[in-house]
Amino acid sequence: MNDTQLVMYDEDYRKVLAIIQKLVRDANAKGIFVVDRNGQLIGEAGEMRGIDTTSLASLTAGCIAATGGLAKIVGEEEFPIHFHQGHRDNLHITLVAKRIILVVIFDERSSLGLVRLRVKKAGTELGKVFEHIQKRSEQANAEGDGDAPFSEITDEDIDNLFSM
Amino acid sequence: MRLSPKSRMKTSTTFFRCRPSMSFINYSSREINCKIVYYGPGLCGKTTNLQFIYTKTNPDLKGKMISLATETERTLFFDFLPLALGQIRGFKTRFHLYTVPGQVFYDASRKLILKGVDGVVFVADSQIERMEANLESLDNLKLNLAEQGYDLDKTPYIMQYNKRDLPNAAPLDEMRRLLNPSDVPDFEACATGGTGVFETLKAVARGVLSDLKQMSK
Ligand SMILES: Nc1nc2c(ncn2[C@@H]2O[C@H](COP(=O)(O)OP(=O)(O)OP(=O)(O)O)[C@@H](O)[C@H]2O)c(=O)[nH]1
Ligand SMILES: [Mg+2]
Repeated sequence: MNDTQLVMYDEDYRKVLAIIQKLVRDANAKGIFVVDRNGQLIGEAGEMRGIDTTSLASLTAGCIAATGGLAKIVGEEEFPIHFHQGHRDNLHITLVAKRIILVVIFDERSSLGLVRLRVKKAGTELGKVFEHIQKRSEQANAEGDGDAPFSEITDEDIDNLFSM
Repeated sequence: MRLSPKSRMKTSTTFFRCRPSMSFINYSSREINCKIVYYGPGLCGKTTNLQFIYTKTNPDLKGKMISLATETERTLFFDFLPLALGQIRGFKTRFHLYTVPGQVFYDASRKLILKGVDGVVFVADSQIERMEANLESLDNLKLNLAEQGYDLDKTPYIMQYNKRDLPNAAPLDEMRRLLNPSDVPDFEACATGGTGVFETLKAVARGVLSDLKQMSK
């Protein structure tokens, strides 16, 4: 596991979005989701707005975690590519830069071959973006240059949360 | 909130906190996400805690509860319940609640679920004949956390003595002595009726947010 705290800036986010928006078109995909290994949604593109992305992100992370565990048992480091075939929709899941999960949902308008091909290229690009973020974050951490947005939370703020 | 000049220039930032922690601060959507794991021996009432929270929470504040369970309703991989509690200094705070499967042989799955945890609730089964299982599970928690480089003593952590309604419940003093030597915040509960469930949740959420505050200092 990689344990650096990653800080993602707006420019990074825009790069991620540009890559997956292009991938939607190039791969004829219905929807694309970028999920952190711990189950947080980072970005989405495509026509599948309105689906339960919180559940999607946590289950995807669970799925990758489970197969990652399986991989270790059989002596593989990881199974970086997963394909789930459905009646109508199919899921193509890849692990990028060891901590980011790229989920592509596609139907009969596309094909596994096409998705595979396009994901390979987009995955490399995404990998570069996240490696850059990683390096920059490691530097910032080493220099003790973390941000302190929550240093001023008061007990009262916390209490107010629970006035539900 | 006071921001340093440098951070004021940022239009949007996302933090992936991976200390032992994944609390995830997203400046573009102004969200904090925290992962809380309910741990404890088989049948102690972890899933019941989440079910109670789910049924009593306003629909606007909760997402779908996912339970990956066996046919006999034992947790197979995890339960998951996303909660959006409200705002703190202009940030939406979301808590992702997970339970682990308590049965001993699901240890590999427990390890996976602990990854990126921000706060832990240990649900102990008060029944006297389950004390051995409680202790074993607590050891297992420490071990599994340590394996990932986390230290339970440094993780926001709450103890819940569940099933206080049962006649064979062990005396509270005894449970404290055995299970809570470091004296973390603890609560008596009856998860089926809901006693102590929200108190436990609030305490762990408070622990996680205070931790976040400490870390950003
Ligand atoms: N009497 C009583 N029963 C409880 C209480 N809490 C849970 N139970 C019951 O205990 C049983 C097991 O509860 P679960 O919540 O499924 O236990 P779990 O910890 O999720 O178990 P695993 O998924 O196997 O790890 C259920 O039949 C619950 O109704 C309680 O406070 N009092
Ligand atoms: Mg359960």
